[in-house]
Amino acid sequence: MPTSPLMPQRRKLLGGAMLSLGGLLALANTATPASAQGRRMSHAAQDAELLNAAIALEHEGIAAYQIAAESGLLAPPVLQVGIRFQGHHNQHRDELIAGVRRLGGTPVAAQTNAEYATAIGAASLRTQADVLQLALRLERGATNAYLGLVPPLHNADMENLVARLAADEAYHVAVLANALQQEIPVAGMMFG
Amino acid sequence: MSWTQLSLTKAAMIACLFAFAGGSAQAQTATASAVGDAARGAALYERRCTSCHALDVNRIGPLHRGVVGRRAGAVPGFNYSPALARSGLVWTEANLNRWLSGPPRLVPGTRMGLSVPVPAERADIIAYLRAQGAAPR
Repeated sequence: MPTSPLMPQRRKLLGGAMLSLGGLLALANTATPASAQGRRMSHAAQDAELLNAAIALEHEGIAAYQIAAESGLLAPPVLQVGIRFQGHHNQHRDELIAGVRRLGGTPVAAQTNAEYATAIGAASLRTQADVLQLALRLERGATNAYLGLVPPLHNADMENLVARLAADEAYHVAVLANALQQEIPVAGMMFG
Repeated sequence: MSWTQLSLTKAAMIACLFAFAGGSAQAQTATASAVGDAARGAALYERRCTSCHALDVNRIGPLHRGVVGRRAGAVPGFNYSPALARSGLVWTEANLNRWLSGPPRLVPGTRMGLSVPVPAERADIIAYLRAQGAAPR
């Protein structure tokens, strides 16, 4: 095939145009970051990182129930429910840790209860109702977080795991909302 | 200048115009996030973000007050994923919009998976975050 003498000029001109686009994107600070350009992360490694956020969430939930149990604010029957729920969260944490390890990742460690107390605003708790409201807020948040984790996961077993965890958290929400005598929501699609 | 060279010059100019149009589209994305409703964003923030974040304290994710304009990975005391810590991103409104549309797509290796698929909702959340002002020193 004959080579066109114009080809070098064409390349040069088009190259100039591409540079203009790159320059504009850089000026807008919307260029793809170096982390995204240079590396392709395996699906397993990405899933492990996402599940690590879920483990962190469970660490926080376990600590929250411990802080509540030690607060002296809960009547014995309510305390028993809290301990039962904390047991569920221990199981969630262990399932997630096993999942992260199966994916080749390293599970995140828990922080101290004092750090969690600051994070959840435990100092402002004055009554049993305050504790229940906090638990409801955290459980509702966990439900939404797990539902939000399903789409980005790649591993079907892990998708199934977080969907089951979302269901457990929704159960906790229902019990806590009932304990607080909240009205049953009129509209459906309560989460997500 | 020959006719062929002139045509190629025109083609290059057209290509540059397309390039500018691309830049304009990016700018529109940023503008879209700038016209969000902070009041609607407050409710969306409560529902979508407070699972893991708070305005003034690090939780599962870093504190959010002052996030607009902040360099990614810069909140003291928060243990970032290595991917986000070295991303080099600045949280402009345009980058927040891209982030919220799919965090792992923008920064592979991030621990944040939750996204906000609806553009108007992203704009509202970003407007709310912008309205919260700077982090206390």
